[in-house]
Amino acid sequence: MAEAPFVILNEAKNPYRAVTDSSLDAQNDKEAQPRFLTQLGALLWKDLATEWRRREVVLSLVVFSLLVLLVFDFAFDLRQAELPAAAPGILWVTFIFAGVLSLTRAFAGEKDRGTWEGLLLAPVDRGAIYLAKLLASLLFMLAVEAVTLAVFGAFFDVPFDVPRLAVVVLAGTLGFATVGTLFAAMSANTRAREIFLPVLLFPVAVPVIIGSVKATALAFGATQDGYPWLGLVVAFDAIFLAVSFAVFEFVIEE
Amino acid sequence: MISARGLTKTFGRVPALRALDLDVTAGETVALLGGNGAGKTTLLRILATLDKPTAGQVRIAGLDALRQPQQLRAQLGLVAHQTYLHPELTVSEELRFYGRLYGLAALDRRIAALLDQFGLAARAPLRVATLSRGQQQRVAIARALLHQPAVLLLDEPDTGLDAEGLAVLERVLRAGDRTVVFSSHNRAWATSVAGRVLSLAGGRLEA
Repeated sequence: MAEAPFVILNEAKNPYRAVTDSSLDAQNDKEAQPRFLTQLGALLWKDLATEWRRREVVLSLVVFSLLVLLVFDFAFDLRQAELPAAAPGILWVTFIFAGVLSLTRAFAGEKDRGTWEGLLLAPVDRGAIYLAKLLASLLFMLAVEAVTLAVFGAFFDVPFDVPRLAVVVLAGTLGFATVGTLFAAMSANTRAREIFLPVLLFPVAVPVIIGSVKATALAFGATQDGYPWLGLVVAFDAIFLAVSFAVFEFVIEE
Repeated sequence: MISARGLTKTFGRVPALRALDLDVTAGETVALLGGNGAGKTTLLRILATLDKPTAGQVRIAGLDALRQPQQLRAQLGLVAHQTYLHPELTVSEELRFYGRLYGLAALDRRIAALLDQFGLAARAPLRVATLSRGQQQRVAIARALLHQPAVLLLDEPDTGLDAEGLAVLERVLRAGDRTVVFSSHNRAWATSVAGRVLSLAGGRLEA
């Protein structure tokens, strides 16, 4: 295979002088506009690799979620007949508390490590940054929720319809993460971001939280009226995903 | 290549830059000198599109820094106080990550050449967190050069560098193949590597 004529430095003249290579210029021209999906993939890979090596967010959130479940288990002396009605609330309180912590770290971690401005300096589509952060937070939250559900089943011994619950949890978590990622970016520049984020987020996320709790009752057989609520959650997801994607650049540039 | 007019920046009521005018021609290497609070970092951050001025205009490489920041960023390289490196990534992963963000071609060869020239080839598989401050600064400079920017901005780039690292930096600054603006507290060193030296005081350029 022929060697590409790429030479970044011309040592004969000056070892640190960048030289212009016609082939490289041609390649640079060809890729002068980095592709959105390439940037999204790089950003998502970076967030996942960083979390895998730090094990900071997911492990902490799993422990936190288990503690919340433990508190509920001791706090409420629920009888078997009452559990299907109470379970959605217990689960979503746990998911949302853990979710807020996860979202807080999405941008605060970058700020604390001093890497945020490095991303802003690159000619990265701001929408790619938003989607990468959203997807990373969503994956972290879903991983924590999977563990939480397994432990919930063991603690409370209540049967639930796994496929239905999975659909509702996915839709609800997506909605919460969608709007949460936007507000996390806004609050990351504030000094009291851990307080500021939930104060900003909860009023806006009320429809998805209520809708998710009501729709989750479907999976526990507590109601048959959950489908309109699930529809509300899906509509919330679509609207806020579009709005958040559109305004994210303005949020971080201003 | 760089033209700033009436550049003013205030933080609350505190002025950091006061109606500053700056012209840098293509291929020129300019050093910014001045004490703490003189406005060097603020000026470099505005040129790098990280901050917006309170008033004034900036054009770099024919682009308006306020209206076309995204297009301009592809032309800029910045070495700041912070290295902007991810401690959990290896040196080669860090460069590859930024290379993908910039959409660079021939990335493997490009990274290998830079690692070799900056004396980092043996450090390529090591995580950034395990490197010394000086080695991290070399990676930061290599990252800033990865996309061969037309304009290189450096904020006190000599910080933490050993003699070998400083020699590498000096060759970058003296290369003359791109426009360079850097700040330093070391007047003797800055004067020796820059084609022109500017002094900042109280947010203004001194005559």
